[in-house]
Amino acid sequence: MGRYILLRLAGLAGVLIIVSLITFCLMHLIPGGPYDEEKMPLSEEAKANILRSYGLDKPLWQQYVLYVGNALRFEFGYSYQSPGETVTQLIARVWTVSLQLGALTLAVAIPLGLGLGILAASHRNSWLDNLVTLLATAGIVLPTFVIGILLILLFSNTLHWLPTGGWEGPSTWIMPVTAYALGPAGIIARYTRTSVIEGIGTDYVRTARAKGLSERAIMWRHVLRNAAIPILTIAGPLVPDLLTGSIFIETIFRIPGLGSYFVTSVFQRDYPMIMTLALLAALVVSLAYLSTDLLYLMIDPRIRLAS
Amino acid sequence: MSQTGAAAASLAGEVRIDPAQTRGARQSSPAREAWWRFRANRLGPVGLAIVVSLVLLAVGAPVIAPYPYDKPDFGAAWQFPSSQHLMGTDGIGRDFFSRIAYGARTSLAIGLSAQAIALTLGIALGLAAGMQGGRIDFAIMRLVDAVWAFPRMLFAIMILTVLGSGFGNVLLAIALTGWIPICRLTRAQLLGQREQDYVTAARALGASEARIARVHLLPNILGPIIVALTLGVPEAIFAEAGLSFLGIGINPPIPSWGQMVGESVSTIRFYWHLALFPALMIGLTMLGFVLLGDGLRDALDPRSQS
Repeated sequence: MGRYILLRLAGLAGVLIIVSLITFCLMHLIPGGPYDEEKMPLSEEAKANILRSYGLDKPLWQQYVLYVGNALRFEFGYSYQSPGETVTQLIARVWTVSLQLGALTLAVAIPLGLGLGILAASHRNSWLDNLVTLLATAGIVLPTFVIGILLILLFSNTLHWLPTGGWEGPSTWIMPVTAYALGPAGIIARYTRTSVIEGIGTDYVRTARAKGLSERAIMWRHVLRNAAIPILTIAGPLVPDLLTGSIFIETIFRIPGLGSYFVTSVFQRDYPMIMTLALLAALVVSLAYLSTDLLYLMIDPRIRLAS
Repeated sequence: MSQTGAAAASLAGEVRIDPAQTRGARQSSPAREAWWRFRANRLGPVGLAIVVSLVLLAVGAPVIAPYPYDKPDFGAAWQFPSSQHLMGTDGIGRDFFSRIAYGARTSLAIGLSAQAIALTLGIALGLAAGMQGGRIDFAIMRLVDAVWAFPRMLFAIMILTVLGSGFGNVLLAIALTGWIPICRLTRAQLLGQREQDYVTAARALGASEARIARVHLLPNILGPIIVALTLGVPEAIFAEAGLSFLGIGINPPIPSWGQMVGESVSTIRFYWHLALFPALMIGLTMLGFVLLGDGLRDALDPRSQS
């Protein structure tokens, strides 16, 4: 077990190295640098000075080695677009907002998806089941920005119930979280429905029913525990997406989170910021996959590591 | 699963084992069965109808659109829907319905051609990884892992910043990430099929690896790949809409629904029509392709039926 985790962590390090290499190369292929003429007119000396202070005058491979060395000490340099603030500080500041958005979304999406899925499965082929399937499909299929636009048109334009954007208290949270949560909730609902229906038809459920267990106990102890595996497979990878923030949700609802920095950093050639964002995203995604796999081991005693 | 899997394998086997007897049926019977299964999924034909209408709209845009999509008419700016302008006009007086109609071309062209590139790349690399194994497999799969660990949008955004926006570059950025699922699927299917008896039989008869891949394996793994392809089209359309929404996708004046939604956000309080129509078109398009894909999955990949 310990060996397995170690191996996986080594693989993770490999992925991070590849991601950092790809990002580094792409960033330096982007035509123009952060201190080009059209952005800020500077004298030759001043420009050389700035380039030197950020290490941009060194050969590329040296810049990369320097970068990795610093990254290992969690020093990612200063953000070009927000001088005076280190990348770490900037990310800590804006990621908090994205994390709130992501956590709220997960807190809505998971119970909603599970509840709808179980509801649909226990009323199979009824109008309720059809309604859930329809809702789930719409949630999965519609892009978040389309849902967001429709919500704004309905609740802000027509009904005047909610503000169109911002991030200042519960009334501004409702629409972004709803727009964001419908997709994951739909996916979870669909898989929960299928797994629960499969579970209800099994022999061990019939046995449990025969020995007089209540329907509630059967659902929680037998059906859902077995359904947890496929649900986890699908829900695990959703987590990092939600935690790294949605570019679209944050753009539409004007939320000052991490998402908008993905775009502005590239536009402004903010090398330290974009490198760190890419590494952060890759790290969160990889860790989510790893913890999903570890959770399998905990939930399902049948899964044993192949040595 | 194993039962239906075996049944499907023997079904595929039968067609091959007795070519003389099934020559005539080979063309029609599996196809007809697939058509039945497709129609049994109630929403599949709905998806097909939506997709066909979209194709008609895209192809017929010059006939359907009452105005040119790029001609400004400043006297008629910011108009709400009326009998003259069915969907109103935008900020510089261009007829919005005409732009919506031409937008179908952008969406479909990107969706279909990005998937064509992704399909070619994905199958080639997936076949190489699955058939060769060893070092080639390892190298390809690590590349897959690394690209997979990247948020897809971020990757596309960075590529577009390097190359600049525009139709061809959007296509490339989307295709460069789109091959991953197809590559994984091809490889996984290959690994599953390679150990089947009919492959062992072919090998025992002296067939070369290339012939086995082409004649035996590819037809058997085609169903799931077609399904992945259909479901990849809406993803590509979504990616194009998203990139254009952010302002780094299709360049104006070529209309793209995503770009239209993106431009509408700042004026949504006043001009609802500029947000509503393109958002609805994107939603409808995604819905059409996903329903079609689901229907095709039931039809072509009986093993995955719920």
